[in-house]
Amino acid sequence: MSMQFWVIQTLNSLALGGLLFLLASGFSLIFGLMRIANLTHGGLFMLGAYLGVTILKVVPNLWVAALLAGLAVALFGGLLEKLILRKLSGNVLGQVLVTLGVAYIIADACLLIWGGDPVPIQTPAFLQQPLRVAGFAFPAYRLAVVVLAVLVGAILFFIMEKTRLGAMIRAGVDDMQMARAVGIPVSRLFTIVFCLGAGLAGAGGVIGGPIMSAYPGLDADMLPLALIVVILGGVGSLVGAFVGSFITGFVYTFGVALFPQLAYVILFLPMIFVIAFRPRGLFGRFAA
Amino acid sequence: MKRNICLFGLLIFLVVLPFFSGEFYVNLASQVFIFAVFAASINLLLGYGGLATLGHASYLGVAAYGSALIGLKLGLGHWIAAPAALVGTTLMAGAFGLIALRASGLGFLMLTLAMSQVLWGTAYRWVGLTDGDNGLRGLTRPAPFGIDLDSASAFYWFTLAVTVLSVWLMARFVRSPFGAALRGTRDQPRRMAALGHNVWLIRWITFVYAGFWGAVSGLLFVYYHKYIHPISLSLTNSAEGLLAVIAGGSGTLGGPLAGATIVMLLKNYASAYIERWNMLLGFVFVIIVVFMPEGVVPGSKRIYLKCRQRFASRA
Repeated sequence: MSMQFWVIQTLNSLALGGLLFLLASGFSLIFGLMRIANLTHGGLFMLGAYLGVTILKVVPNLWVAALLAGLAVALFGGLLEKLILRKLSGNVLGQVLVTLGVAYIIADACLLIWGGDPVPIQTPAFLQQPLRVAGFAFPAYRLAVVVLAVLVGAILFFIMEKTRLGAMIRAGVDDMQMARAVGIPVSRLFTIVFCLGAGLAGAGGVIGGPIMSAYPGLDADMLPLALIVVILGGVGSLVGAFVGSFITGFVYTFGVALFPQLAYVILFLPMIFVIAFRPRGLFGRFAA
Repeated sequence: MKRNICLFGLLIFLVVLPFFSGEFYVNLASQVFIFAVFAASINLLLGYGGLATLGHASYLGVAAYGSALIGLKLGLGHWIAAPAALVGTTLMAGAFGLIALRASGLGFLMLTLAMSQVLWGTAYRWVGLTDGDNGLRGLTRPAPFGIDLDSASAFYWFTLAVTVLSVWLMARFVRSPFGAALRGTRDQPRRMAALGHNVWLIRWITFVYAGFWGAVSGLLFVYYHKYIHPISLSLTNSAEGLLAVIAGGSGTLGGPLAGATIVMLLKNYASAYIERWNMLLGFVFVIIVVFMPEGVVPGSKRIYLKCRQRFASRA
């Protein structure tokens, strides 16, 4: 296997890791703060991708489309949280099942509206040419995705660690009853975090579009990866989601490239390893 | 006593069903039974152990694939394929239980889901073994003691017998002292540990036992369809089983059977009239969880008692 193969696969791994981070960071924060395993998350990613397709027909700019789709999906997430999930607070199983039910509704609605054929999303023109460095060709868009994910990670990290909002969220993750007792508006935080997580997933769907396009079943392909990221990294931890995303990105991409039939089995291995030695995940604050 | 007579009457009715109803209904009833065994095995974990699993389709699917592959690739008969598939799947349940029971609550749910999604993805992609999206064709039904099961009513009676046996054994399990301990770990795990019970071991044994019955439903499933596709390993399949348990009322013996009937009838009739079964499934999920959280059977009972009370106070 040539050097170019390894370079390309490494970059693919990083790009997938970046996309997974956009998806899983929200999932992890929602899980950490609200104790909800939001099984709609894959569906929100797919919904974002399809909304991006439609927006791109009007506004031919991928970044604007990602922003708008992210906002739309965030709004949807906020409604889901306020109208349904809040009514079921304390009923953990009920909340999981409702998110699963909504995931089915989203998947079928997307199939109804956008049809069963995969819809490609165009790579922005200025990123279509591969970048040539030292005789190797790097697909520019994938590099851009990695940069974007690192940027988003840095912004989220700043919000979580340096702002008042982040401090309140961390307090809620660590001890919700105490946070309520000292006057932190935990219910409002729930809505904010749910919107944020949903919005990131939705925007991630559009950003991922040029790499994986929008197709029925995208939700079911992404959800297990997000779960594995969170199991690896630990719930409620941004750093955990970041590290977990890139580990999963590497394992999955190289698994598909080297052992295409067994890629999913290989995904299993790091998960079992972490569960065996550190059930709360690499950076988890508590056992889920 | 009255209850026993009712059950006996129901059994007689089910035994004679093929004599007066058409083949469509006989086949539908067979599917309900298979699904009921599957739902009842989920109920062991969810209803009596308080462990919500979203990966139970693994056992159904692996047993079905195992039996099919042993027949197709190794050319062995059902007399060896069926027990091998059951043993293999039960061993897998033992290993999965070791991993999933590192956590409880939502962590358990996520781990079972992640593991079953790994199997589902593998069944799609390992084309050399499973033929991927095409599924495995050309499977046969067994002929126990030389009885041919190819006709709808013969298979119906076979399924009915297996279902009655399975449900009876699962009922024995939950009514035994072990079942009482299991309910104890559901309600008060810390107190049970303080009393000297090994909570983890009780859960693990239940997990393996439920996996075994999931495998039994998988064998019936593959015998019925004579075909197996990765979709039987999917989250949808696990979720439909979980929905049946919740719709029927978890932690009751009759609940999963009623729930399986409801979901199967809904699926068969609804999909004949509307194309969008998945959307309907989603709405049914949301509606049952929000409005009838304790299940349709206890829910109707509650509403019935309330109505009777109101009626009595008026009279």
